[in-house]
Amino acid sequence: MRAFTYERAKDTSGAARAVAANPAAKFIAGGTNLLDLMKIEVETPTHLVDVQDLGFDKIEATRDGGLRIGALVTNTNLAADERVRRDYGVLTRAIVAGASGQLRNKASTAGNLLQRTRCPYFYDTNMACNKRKPGSGCAAIGGYSRQLGVIGVSDSCIATFPGDMAVAMRVLDAVVETVDATGQRRSIPIADFHRLWGDTPQQDTVLKQGELITAVTLPKPLGGKHYYEKVRDRASYAYALVSVAAVIQPDGTGRVAFGGVAPRPWRVEAADALLPRGAAAVTARAFQGATPTKDNAFKLPLATRALASVIAEAKA
Amino acid sequence: MPSVSEVEFSRRGLLAGSAATAVIVASPAGAVATTPPKAEAAPTMPVRFKVNGEKRELSLDPRTTLLDALREHLHLTGTKKGCDHGQCGACTVMVDGVRINSCLSLAVMHEGDEITTIEGLGTPDKLHPMQAAFIKHDGYQCGYCTPGQICSAVAVLDEIKRGVPSHAQGDLMTKPTASNVEMRERMSGNICRCGAYSNIAEAMAEVAGAKA
Repeated sequence: MRAFTYERAKDTSGAARAVAANPAAKFIAGGTNLLDLMKIEVETPTHLVDVQDLGFDKIEATRDGGLRIGALVTNTNLAADERVRRDYGVLTRAIVAGASGQLRNKASTAGNLLQRTRCPYFYDTNMACNKRKPGSGCAAIGGYSRQLGVIGVSDSCIATFPGDMAVAMRVLDAVVETVDATGQRRSIPIADFHRLWGDTPQQDTVLKQGELITAVTLPKPLGGKHYYEKVRDRASYAYALVSVAAVIQPDGTGRVAFGGVAPRPWRVEAADALLPRGAAAVTARAFQGATPTKDNAFKLPLATRALASVIAEAKA
Repeated sequence: MPSVSEVEFSRRGLLAGSAATAVIVASPAGAVATTPPKAEAAPTMPVRFKVNGEKRELSLDPRTTLLDALREHLHLTGTKKGCDHGQCGACTVMVDGVRINSCLSLAVMHEGDEITTIEGLGTPDKLHPMQAAFIKHDGYQCGYCTPGQICSAVAVLDEIKRGVPSHAQGDLMTKPTASNVEMRERMSGNICRCGAYSNIAEAMAEVAGAKA
């Protein structure tokens, strides 16, 4: 690990200013992903600003009947919150499908959104990777790509967003709240939060340097039945090959987002509208224009089958 | 039979000796100048926390993980370093009552925290019920992952009691129970290369008062 200086921030504006002032500075909350990457020197911050004391650790009701989740609420506490289990079951189910109990106890809501890709070429500093070293090329294209993206990818990068929580948040139309060093606040729909790679895959999200996530808000509950179907190589503690987050209403309408397939949770609203016509209709629309590799083409029929199983369960 | 501390000493001595030999063999005469310079010593920072009920104060390079602080600075070597990347669970300890991977946390971030390691759960004379159950049910072979397994197992039963949900749960609104499938799912962050999983689940079931 490269040497860095460390400070424990006392207030939000001070934290944002400290990171905005130094392009090589980073916020640290749970640290479960950042420290992992710092150990292999994929991440090399020179200064860490610890945000654990900033008080964003509560889940509160909003005036319009939704929930405001503090950025520092741990994955465990978010999944266990009674309101979340009752009204946003897809979110609890997505969280407990991810990582391990130990990691969920430490990982924060904001950190989960900011976790980086698990593309093996991103982690291997001997390999070309445009995301780790812009302009160096992409060893994953033409390499081992079974886990990697099938849609929304580019000629620069075919990595996927690895999280589960955000896939459920995409179905729920969550909004990411931020504040920057000047005190400017932003509300970013989760749909726009993670970027498509294009030719700048080094930038995962639309956040600016020093812009701090303070909360994630959920609109009022959708009702319906909530599902998170995760297909993976092991029964537990493995990344999704494909995951399906869905909220299905009694009349068969609903919403669906897919994980493990794209640089961000993949939801196409026009495909949602096809839910009453069955899984194949939905995935044909949601994955229109997909560019799978020979190794990961299986993800397309797998997504259809995973969704078909969710729809069947909703009807049962 | 040598005491545990003697075995520990000689094993360390052997490792240190082999490393030195390897360096000598790998460096032909005159190659000393090409040896990369030693990393500069980083400024240290003070940190105070409680470990197993005892107040501790350390001055650490900020890079020091909680795991390394426990093992290398406080010499609490019960907690093990396996993968050092949060994948194996050998480093599991409890911080303020919940289990975490101590390898994926900086020691300086734990100012004021209360940390419990395997040494704080029980002693050879006064075993924690989970330690006794692991012995009774043969919940290990080589034993390297065991301190992490036991810390995790104790925390898992507490999580079930507190109603923390899991992937194994059918209805999210009912309280989870200490069933075999629940314990297996919740223990998936602790790897055992010897494969003692079924015996670990039986040890946990005994402590939970349930049938595996």
